Amino acid sequence: MATYLEFIQQNEEQDGVRFSWNVWPSSRLEATRMVVPLACLLTPLKERPDLPPVQYEPVLCTRPTCKAVLNPLCQVDYRAKLWACNFCFQRNQFPPAYAGISEVNQPAELMPQFSTIEYIVQRGPQTPLIFLYVVDTCLEEEDLQALKESLQMSLSLLPPDALVGLITFGRMVQVHELSCEGISKSYVFRGTKDLTAKQIQDMLGLTKPAMSAQQARPVQPQVQPFISSRFLQPVHKIDMNLTDLLGELQRDPWPVTQGKRPLRSTGVALSIAVGLLEGTFPNTGARIMLFTGGPPTQGPGMVVGDELKVPIRSWHDIEKDNARFMKKATKHYEMLANRTATNGHCIDIYACALDQTGLLEMKCCANLTGGYMVMGDSFNTSLFKQTFQRVFSRDFNGDFRMAFGATLDVKTSRELKILGAIGPCISLNVKGPCVSENEYGISGTSQWKICSLDPTSTLAIYFEVVNQHNAPIPQGGRGAIQFVTQYQHSSTQRRIRVTTVARNWADAQNQLQHIEAAFDQEAAAVLMARLGVFRAESEEGPDVLRWLDRQLIRLCQKFGQYNKEDPNSFRLSDSFSLYPQFMFHLRRSPFLQVFNNSPDESSYYRHHFARQDLTQSLIMIQPILYSYSFHGPPEPVLLDSSSILADRILLMDTFFQIVIYLGETIAQWRKAGYQDMPEYENFKHLLQAPLDDAQDILQTRFPMPRYINTEHGGSQARFLLSKVNPSQTHNNLYAWGQESGAPILTDDVSLQVFMDHLKKLVVSSAS
Amino acid sequence: MSQQGYVATPPYSQPQPGMGALSPPLRGHYGDPSHSAPPAGIMKPAGPLGPTAPVGALPPGPPNSGAHQFGQNGPNISGYPQQRFPGPPPVNNANSAAPPYPPPSHLPPASYPSPGSASAAAQLGHQLGAMQIHDYGPGMASGSPGILAPPLAASFQGPPQLAQPSILQPGPQMLAPLPSTHNGLGATPSLPPAGRQDGLPGSGPPAASFPSLPLPGQPPGPGYPPQQGANYGPPQMPGAQLTSPAGFPGGPAQMAGPMQPPKKLDPDSIPSPIQVIENDRSTRSGQVYTTNIRGQVPPLVTTDCVIQDQGNASPRYIRCTTYCFPSTSDMAKQSQLPLAAIIKPFATVPPHEVPLYLVNHGESGPVRCNRCKAYMCPFMQFIEGGRKYQCGFCSCVNDVPPFYFQHLDHIGRRLDHYERPELSLGSYEYVATLDYCRNNKPPHPPAYIFMIDVSYSNVKNGLVKLICEELKTVLESLPKEEQEETSAIRVGFVTYNKVLHFFNVKSNLAQPQMMVVTDVAEVFVPLLDGFLVNYQESKAVIHNLLDQIPEIFADSNENETVFAPVVQAGMEALKAADCPGKLYIFHSSLPTAEAPGKLKNRDDRKLINTDKEKTLFQPQTNIYEALTKDCVANGCCVNLFLFPNQYVDVASMGLVTLQTGGTLHKYNNFQKHLDSQTFLNDLRNDVQKITGFDAIMRVRTSTGFRATDFFGAIYMNNTTDVEMAGVDCDKAVTVEFKHDDKLNEDSGALIQCAVLYTTISGQRRLRIHNISLNCSSQLADLYKSCETDALINFFAKSAFTAVLTQPLKTVRDILVHQTAHMLACYRKNCASPSAVSQLILPDAMKVFPVYMNSLLKNCVLLSRPEISVDERASQRQLVMSMDVADTQIFFYPQLIPIHTMDVKSETLPAAIRCSEERLSEGGVFLLANGLQMFLWLGVSAPPELIQGIFNVPSFTHINTDVTSLPEVGSPYSQKLRLTMSNIQQKKPYSMKLTIVKQREQPEVVFRQFLVEDKGLYGGASYVDFLCCVHKEICRLLS
Repeated sequence: MATYLEFIQQNEEQDGVRFSWNVWPSSRLEATRMVVPLACLLTPLKERPDLPPVQYEPVLCTRPTCKAVLNPLCQVDYRAKLWACNFCFQRNQFPPAYAGISEVNQPAELMPQFSTIEYIVQRGPQTPLIFLYVVDTCLEEEDLQALKESLQMSLSLLPPDALVGLITFGRMVQVHELSCEGISKSYVFRGTKDLTAKQIQDMLGLTKPAMSAQQARPVQPQVQPFISSRFLQPVHKIDMNLTDLLGELQRDPWPVTQGKRPLRSTGVALSIAVGLLEGTFPNTGARIMLFTGGPPTQGPGMVVGDELKVPIRSWHDIEKDNARFMKKATKHYEMLANRTATNGHCIDIYACALDQTGLLEMKCCANLTGGYMVMGDSFNTSLFKQTFQRVFSRDFNGDFRMAFGATLDVKTSRELKILGAIGPCISLNVKGPCVSENEYGISGTSQWKICSLDPTSTLAIYFEVVNQHNAPIPQGGRGAIQFVTQYQHSSTQRRIRVTTVARNWADAQNQLQHIEAAFDQEAAAVLMARLGVFRAESEEGPDVLRWLDRQLIRLCQKFGQYNKEDPNSFRLSDSFSLYPQFMFHLRRSPFLQVFNNSPDESSYYRHHFARQDLTQSLIMIQPILYSYSFHGPPEPVLLDSSSILADRILLMDTFFQIVIYLGETIAQWRKAGYQDMPEYENFKHLLQAPLDDAQDILQTRFPMPRYINTEHGGSQARFLLSKVNPSQTHNNLYAWGQESGAPILTDDVSLQVFMDHLKKLVVSSAS
Repeated sequence: MSQQGYVATPPYSQPQPGMGALSPPLRGHYGDPSHSAPPAGIMKPAGPLGPTAPVGALPPGPPNSGAHQFGQNGPNISGYPQQRFPGPPPVNNANSAAPPYPPPSHLPPASYPSPGSASAAAQLGHQLGAMQIHDYGPGMASGSPGILAPPLAASFQGPPQLAQPSILQPGPQMLAPLPSTHNGLGATPSLPPAGRQDGLPGSGPPAASFPSLPLPGQPPGPGYPPQQGANYGPPQMPGAQLTSPAGFPGGPAQMAGPMQPPKKLDPDSIPSPIQVIENDRSTRSGQVYTTNIRGQVPPLVTTDCVIQDQGNASPRYIRCTTYCFPSTSDMAKQSQLPLAAIIKPFATVPPHEVPLYLVNHGESGPVRCNRCKAYMCPFMQFIEGGRKYQCGFCSCVNDVPPFYFQHLDHIGRRLDHYERPELSLGSYEYVATLDYCRNNKPPHPPAYIFMIDVSYSNVKNGLVKLICEELKTVLESLPKEEQEETSAIRVGFVTYNKVLHFFNVKSNLAQPQMMVVTDVAEVFVPLLDGFLVNYQESKAVIHNLLDQIPEIFADSNENETVFAPVVQAGMEALKAADCPGKLYIFHSSLPTAEAPGKLKNRDDRKLINTDKEKTLFQPQTNIYEALTKDCVANGCCVNLFLFPNQYVDVASMGLVTLQTGGTLHKYNNFQKHLDSQTFLNDLRNDVQKITGFDAIMRVRTSTGFRATDFFGAIYMNNTTDVEMAGVDCDKAVTVEFKHDDKLNEDSGALIQCAVLYTTISGQRRLRIHNISLNCSSQLADLYKSCETDALINFFAKSAFTAVLTQPLKTVRDILVHQTAHMLACYRKNCASPSAVSQLILPDAMKVFPVYMNSLLKNCVLLSRPEISVDERASQRQLVMSMDVADTQIFFYPQLIPIHTMDVKSETLPAAIRCSEERLSEGGVFLLANGLQMFLWLGVSAPPELIQGIFNVPSFTHINTDVTSLPEVGSPYSQKLRLTMSNIQQKKPYSMKLTIVKQREQPEVVFRQFLVEDKGLYGGASYVDFLCCVHKEICRLLS
């Protein structure tokens, strides 16, 4: 028997699913006592090179309220050509095409290794992908040039039949007509006036066939006739034109007087982009890519006024309710995001500026539509350039790593209900029997729309056990969940991926050890963190922290071994041992701590946290620290100030940053130039090793992390110092200079103190 | 010279018994040397009526041209009939022949008025000469005026109603003329009969008429007494009236008869504008006119002379209605003579005259009076050894700023008097300091924005292409300061139909960029940098653009246009660029697209002749007013080129143009092959004009009077500042003055007009014009110093302003009444005692009636459905900005005989009077009114002339469907074309040439310009009007 670890890993690889509990408590009461909810992280489009899609339609349960897909868990009567749905127990006839079915001649979807299977279905006309660039022209010349080059480069990366469009904005918003000869033509809109979709379409002279029908049933991907639009043209037709057009793009021609910010109409520009696509290509895979170099300063969605002397809102202002534009702007962008999501389009935000750009207000555009959010200092950095290039990266089949207009449908066995989901999705408000009354995250539905997906997009889905306490362990002893993801593949095919998973039920009263052993602390930590971050968006920071603490204490009380009132007796089993540490780092993470982060940064971090897969999420919670030395091969070391040693090189990966830190001695050596001396070639290698490893990470990560190469005493060392556990600080002076390691100047508590408190509280009978 | 001025003897004089008594005075007039030139003419007048006889007698009188006299003679009953018929025939017959009849049907009640109206001339005669008329006269007064010809009668007699009783006496006269002047046509027939009946009941008339002939001669004098008697003898009238109806039937027939006989009032006998012009020319043309004397009357606008500024502004800049102001407001009221100045601050000065000097007082700015803020000028009196000066306007004593100090010479004049333009000249300029700039920042050079309507019709008829082609060359000649190499003016381009397209033509672009603004509800400027560019720098891109515009829209089938948003966009563009400028809008249709300023087709003929008629001159929506205000506030001058095929509501669309100092050009039914030249000339001319931008004019006066009303292409935000977004060399502002107090005869009346503006190169300057006028407590001095051309300019502008607020009838009435009043006042106070029946005109106002009549006949004041509302609105607008010379030729077109001209002579052929009688079948005539030109060809024009001009063998071969003359090498052709270009040269608008063949349809249009004749759409002939005025004068005097 494999260990749970192997089981978990295997499941993740095959199905892209990780559950907090891999054995499920069989009653509602017990489940709630488990503290960590029954939940999973689902990566719907996890790359599966070993999984060739099948070219037929899935077989569905005929019960209208169920419609589950035939899967390996179903009982099949080969002779009667019947199958029983494992969710609703409906008995279904196989369709005629399955006439030849038998025990030895099974369709793929019945084979256990196909617990995840992908169907290619032919539905509706295939519309090419659409890329609508929305470009800020209020940039420094250098930045604009870099951006123009990136955009021009991107044209070569797009599939030739993809449609592209260009909107530029500054004080005004210009929608460029792309097929003009001799003269470049654009439609201009005032940056201060919000327009309805209809007004925009009227003003752009777009016809809008059957709009009403569209709006009536936005859920259903409709058959949409291909409308050619002057503003969206196939790349192969106009790439020369567009290249020239981009080349001629000027900085916003309106003068900016001293002491003012340029007037930037981001809100209206986005609104027009949304309206344009809404009218022409609803329910088609489309990306609105917003490139902005500063905060919106006028019109709907403005985040800050144009007076430079009034700084953009900080967390302090927000707490004091001093951010006068925030609510209105947020509302504007939320409205846009919802419309975009309804149309099945997505909005990417590439914000490159030294100051904030209003991501806090605009975050919903990316969050609700599955779009990307990229934050950098300048468009003229490799961070932006490579990240942007990576958007167009291709998978092993040569397809773009992006999918559009997905709906995720979750079906559960009767003993389970769905609480909600947290991730880059919106609710489709499909209330079914398996939808719980309770709410976690985006709730009240069994279906979600994910306008844009990539192979790492991961949703957290929370379940509730509804089996009554006294009821027996359900029939078959297993609970099942099916995830059905319909989406538009980047090749424009419609595809359906079906993942069906099952876990054993266990009675928590007498089989607690089974449940305990099947605890996936990593998944649990991420799932709890997502809940916490989700709450943090709407609640006060301290409340969230208190809630997390309480949950941790309760979990420890439930699963720890200890004697009452004796902190030293406290023990946790292996499957829980790392969990408190994760929580410790989560508490210090930028997802929950806004101190030292701008609202934009917080939004940015949270955005990524809510969509990355488990591994990346864990890195975000607790960064990884590697140590390089002459003492042995590189090794992971504790994320602790004690790991900062003079003769070590440290490589820290926080997901957002890659920090290489040279210890004091190493830095001196390097300064002395030893690496250039042939006799010290090993030192050169030592210096090179972390660089190579960092490169590996940089190559694959999206968005590209900020790459920091620093040394002892360097100003950028703060990135490392702020992350490590402050086991040595200026407060515990006894350690000053005696022990190895570097003291951190902070009042934060160290992990040790945290654990001590935790133990104390857990064993206390008062709590 | 003659205080009396002009004394007209009514030709109709009819011998009557008692009349002899009167005659002496008349004779006296004639004989009086004071009466100048016209004598010859005078004689004639008599001729028509009392034909030859009087003539013979009168000749002696004529010696002095100054005073014309209409011999008024004892009217004879018999005389009337005759006159009437003869008078009207030429003009009337043509037009009125038909109308006369209809009226008869109404005869009983209406008959009077109508008849009267019909043969104005004739009636006049009656009144003047014949008191007999009174018989029916009274009747008419009581009954008819109100009834039949209410509008007509009313219009002339705004006052009449009040005065009715009094009218009654002169009534007959009054009534008769009135109708006639307005639309005599219908009425004619009826009256005559009446007259006759009165005079000679029954068939008598013919006979009577003849007899009358002889009478006239002697009668002159005697005529009057009877009149009065008649006047007072109302009792008879009723009877007369009654009789009249009966007479009608016979009327027409009789008319024919009378015509042959020479009863007609000889037009040569009434004051001739041509004569006046020629006289002035012969005495003053080619001389140097120096402005060193206060209150001297300058030569007429039609006279060429060199003007030398010696302390008063040249008449090119300022002309006044009178150069001698009455010293009290009572006097002013009494005379009703308008006190006004027509100021054309940017008038072009011929090359041989000295341009304005530029004065720079350095950082402290111009020296100004501390109290009234008048600028330093020749009217400031330096005292206390030059340390102080007393303001000539408010008498405040100011310190001379140290930097400005200068010692005085022995006569109290500064030593530097002749070195400083502001001390010795009437006109000069100051450099304005930052205090005079908007926001205290130096202005930017202005910009011109070309905005082209690219809707279907404009593309289709080739207009867009034409404009684009032309702009390429026009832009090469943007105005610039003399010392500069290239023009500082930047240019921008917009095209539009239902939406607006802006173009980025920045010099570093490979190709122009088009930016479409579809949000016409709230239009805005999509770009700044690259929109307004230096033409020379961006030439390549601009040419590229102009080449492409016609192609881009070649397939456009957009018919709807917007207008207000276009203006707004241009204005916003200038505002954004923080510079003043001009918009050139080329527009063709009523803006019906959904947008602010959308207009409905309201060419509503139903409103004509109602109290609501005035609304046709007002904009449909108040958006245009708001827009105007914004434009003025931002120094945005709007030039509008209209190419309408139908109603476009000039009244609405033109408002912005008018009030921003722009120019309206209208080309009806534009056809590329016919109208291009006119249009292109206008465009070129307009682009090249020197213009002042973002201007504010202030008119300051010495104590005792002040400027109260301003008329012109201006905007008034308060009562004193005249704002002009742009003001060019053709725009004149007419300013009316009123008394505050008594004027001092010694110090006279001083006027200083200061215009603060931005030059084409972006400098801020002040242009100052000063003029000093005399004051007098003698009415005669006033009349002596009058200028008729200026008066007409004033009356035209004030009347055309009044049409916005008052019914047209009232406006017309006021004009007639005031005319009569002015003349009556003169008659009463200045003319030597004479018979009431004599029409005596001040010498300086001799031709005032004919001009006034022409003004009254202008389509703006004529409520006729035949005339398009747009045409009226556009003429109204054009006149509002005209200067004196423009209004002169506009209201009294220049008619030049071509067949008699001396092809070898350098000079312009002498003009002739605008009357059909002056035309001849064998002649060719050129007529110009400043807006249009006609070449009229008599049916039997000499073939060699035709060959010489048109290069075709005969009259029938002439193609009238052209707007320019072929270049034939012949001297005729050269001379004619030279003449035409000479006329054109001085006029702001390019005149479209129409070739008119006698007796062909287009002649109707041509005839409208023969202003001495009865108008096609109504309007009295000169003679009729004169009679009418005379009657009114008599009424006032009695």
